[in-house]
Amino acid sequence: MSRDIAILGVGMHPWGKWGRNFVEYGVAAARAALADAGVKWRDIQFVSGAATIRNGYPGFVAGATFAQALGWQGAAINTSYAACASGSQALAAARAAILAGNAEVALVVGADTTPKGFLAPAKGERPDDPDWVRFRIGITNPTYFALYARRRMALYGDTLEDFAAVKVKNAEHGFSNPNARYRKKFSAADVAASAMVADPLRLMDICATSDGGAALIVCSLDYAKRMGKANAPRIAAISTVTPSFASEVLEMPDLATDSAVVAEPHRYRAALPARAYEDAGIGPEDINVAEVYDLSTALELDWYEDLQLCKRGEGALLLRSGATRLGGRVPVNPSGGLACFGEAVPAQALAQVCELAWQMRGEAGVRQVPGASAGITANQGLFGHGSSVIVKR
Amino acid sequence: MSTPVLEGWFSDAGGQAHLIGSRCCKCGTYYFPKAGNFCRNPDCDGTEFEDAPLSRSGKLWSYTNASYQPPAPYIAAEPFIPFAIAAVELERERMVVLGQVISGVGVDALQVGMPMELVIETLSVEAGGEKTVWKWKPVAEQGS
Ligand SMILES: [Zn+2]
Repeated sequence: MSRDIAILGVGMHPWGKWGRNFVEYGVAAARAALADAGVKWRDIQFVSGAATIRNGYPGFVAGATFAQALGWQGAAINTSYAACASGSQALAAARAAILAGNAEVALVVGADTTPKGFLAPAKGERPDDPDWVRFRIGITNPTYFALYARRRMALYGDTLEDFAAVKVKNAEHGFSNPNARYRKKFSAADVAASAMVADPLRLMDICATSDGGAALIVCSLDYAKRMGKANAPRIAAISTVTPSFASEVLEMPDLATDSAVVAEPHRYRAALPARAYEDAGIGPEDINVAEVYDLSTALELDWYEDLQLCKRGEGALLLRSGATRLGGRVPVNPSGGLACFGEAVPAQALAQVCELAWQMRGEAGVRQVPGASAGITANQGLFGHGSSVIVKR
Repeated sequence: MSTPVLEGWFSDAGGQAHLIGSRCCKCGTYYFPKAGNFCRNPDCDGTEFEDAPLSRSGKLWSYTNASYQPPAPYIAAEPFIPFAIAAVELERERMVVLGQVISGVGVDALQVGMPMELVIETLSVEAGGEKTVWKWKPVAEQGS
């Protein structure tokens, strides 16, 4: 029996720093996805929301908040919170309901309104909270991205020019994406001229935080057929595995890795797509487009290797070959990625799936990867959360 | 009068600066900061831990700096003085530990793989007095 579900419709509210209530973005994205699917709101049987923790109680119960905003109509509700993987876990809940036969068609939606300035921890003296402790001694988010970047330079010979080339590529990709926040082309010289934040990373190497909303209408393959959309893109796998002890990479917000004296060291990022490939029954050689979490330019190169698009250490070579540019063998971040969007946490993983759905339908316009037949997303966030989703035709 | 910014996380008793971690009495896994009452090794259900002074030196895994002033609860001097940050690999514990680099040493003086040692230095001068923290320092080369 197929464990696939169909993506009947997708919708987004453009990313930006709009400063409005997150519910507005979620409703706009949901209505766009419903219209795209040709499904009436009253026909939705399951609503799955990705939570936001920065918008009070309505954000903690996002599924219900969006359902109420669209008009209570008796659907079953779910809300998922899993940091950067919140959208994927909300999607996994909808998929489980569909595959179990509890619902035929579901709305999955995530939206966020982000505060201005630095992301800082909650107030008060809290030495038991690792997030408080690391800020207390001066360790911010860019610290971690910079440590990974410098490590790549030392181990694999990556250069500052390679990192800048990721920004230039993604800016080029996102330039004409109507949902992207930053639509401006940049040169390597622009990146090099931006302020140093955490050596070797400059301001333009690091992604911002944004407001935005994204939604999907997903359903059983039977339902898609009845809707006359038997050829709709399918979700073939959703991986939301945890890390495995002992985790060998220093992860935000920790001050130390696990100790690997009695357990083998593991790489978490690599485990996420590995499980997705296994579940989908396809391999990296079948992938012709990817959307990855480029929290920093250098991190995109780590993802190339974790997705097994190339061997460990050869991410910069793959970039330099042009393979990951539009027109290349396996374009990465045709949407423009976080470089052009900025991160809207509960919406971001869903936005990645929206882009792949457009790519599979051949409707991505100038961003289209010709003949796209299988794509993969990948993201990773705090406290052992991450996800990887495979979408195919 | 100076006090540790985090009570019980490090010590320089006997003039030997070291981090205070803990070790599972059942499987031997090290933890920093100290573990609570449960071992996080999935094959171990240990609940007893002994304090374990961590290795005082290791190899530089990677490094960076803070060019901008971090947000609160970090307390910065006026004007803010950028500082380097090191992640150091401890061989015996098979773990990597993060910390600031001693003041006066910038990223230009650092190289992945170089030997580093732990020292206790001032973190900040605050209303409650001077706060100390652990920092990493390049090991002086022999004969230089
Ligand atoms: Zn143990």
